[in-house]
Amino acid sequence: MIAIKNKYYFFPLLLLPVWLVLYLTLQSITDLIIFDLINLPKDSHLTSAISFFIFEVPKVMLLLILIVFIVGIIRTYFSPERTRKMLGGKKLFVGNVSASLLGIVTPFCSCSAIPLFLGFVESGVPLGVTFSFLIAAPMINEVAVVLLFGLFGWKTAILYMSTGLIIAILSGFVIGKLKLEKFVEDWVYEIKAAHSEIEEVKPAFSERISSGFDAIKEIVGKVWVYIVIGIAVGAGIHGYVPENFMAGLMGKSALWSVPIAVILGVPMYSNAAGIIPIVQALLEKGASLGTVLAFMMSVIGLSLPETIILKKVLKLPLILTFVSLVAVGIIIVGYLFNIIY
Amino acid sequence: MISVKILGVGCSKCRALEGKVKDLISKHNLQAEVTKVEDIQEMMGYGIMMTPGLVINEKLKSSGNIPKEEQLLNWLKEN
Repeated sequence: MIAIKNKYYFFPLLLLPVWLVLYLTLQSITDLIIFDLINLPKDSHLTSAISFFIFEVPKVMLLLILIVFIVGIIRTYFSPERTRKMLGGKKLFVGNVSASLLGIVTPFCSCSAIPLFLGFVESGVPLGVTFSFLIAAPMINEVAVVLLFGLFGWKTAILYMSTGLIIAILSGFVIGKLKLEKFVEDWVYEIKAAHSEIEEVKPAFSERISSGFDAIKEIVGKVWVYIVIGIAVGAGIHGYVPENFMAGLMGKSALWSVPIAVILGVPMYSNAAGIIPIVQALLEKGASLGTVLAFMMSVIGLSLPETIILKKVLKLPLILTFVSLVAVGIIIVGYLFNIIY
Repeated sequence: MISVKILGVGCSKCRALEGKVKDLISKHNLQAEVTKVEDIQEMMGYGIMMTPGLVINEKLKSSGNIPKEEQLLNWLKEN
């Protein structure tokens, strides 16, 4: 492998203060634009919606760019091959915990779910441990965490991450305990997967930095539209929907709202970036945190397309067990937070 | 004749890699045949865990990312 010289790897260090100044002055810039530049009247619905939009879009984008950059660099230290090596032969529970944690930092895309699943199972990673990885990897991703942090604050972001981890650990543990190996398609155990022959070269630090920039281009390039649309809809709700409008529908007293939120969330996919700003606005209007959290988890963590992809390697009983375990976990989390808050 | 295989089932990165490789080949007048492998069992034969995988003359070169142009060209030319 040739080292690709990148003269600009010191760039991010120069950009960081710029980032910080922008982030810290965002509120004043917004006020300046709203009240001085376009001179909107105070306390009108329109002003409230527009200032929400003008403030939130750059804020979320700034956060997203920073985190995606950092995660992009962290991911260069992890590869599925490495993760597989670390998980091989791990006992239940310890294996589930490590798999869930590794699920956060290992590069993962749901289109690679099958080769990854096969690669894990072939090399002796237990089925339950593999599932812990497959549940944590999509659910706890940097885009979701950034949006939660940016729009809901750090408490909600940490709650989301930790309860997501617990769901991944426990669901994988239960799948392991239930001994469901017989519900993996028979051919999976018959194929002899070669072990990847790519020699692992330690990339130079400048290459890791450039991976960070690549990640920004790839991920931010993909999700920014959803975020802008999501925040626009959120801004509309923020400005126009009356206070407590959602209390009856998605509030604490609406007991059925948690399971319904989960069921509605499953078919929604890849719009996590767009859904979170909308949901944030709903929260303001009286929806309860548990219901909202459950909805987001099922949108992000349980996706219909991924389940259909997994159908190629898993028989129906195992798929149903996996989906229902995760769904029940999410519902419990939802109720738990509705009770606590 | 260089044999190039792109392993992957229709993800956007797989298509991007295919396009990039084909562009390079025609730009540099290389004698190469590009095929797309979509059969999972065949893909697993090369030991990849992330798509797209790139196989040149039956040797796995990369998986899970789109290599840089200079890197791709190097691999194509060393054969």
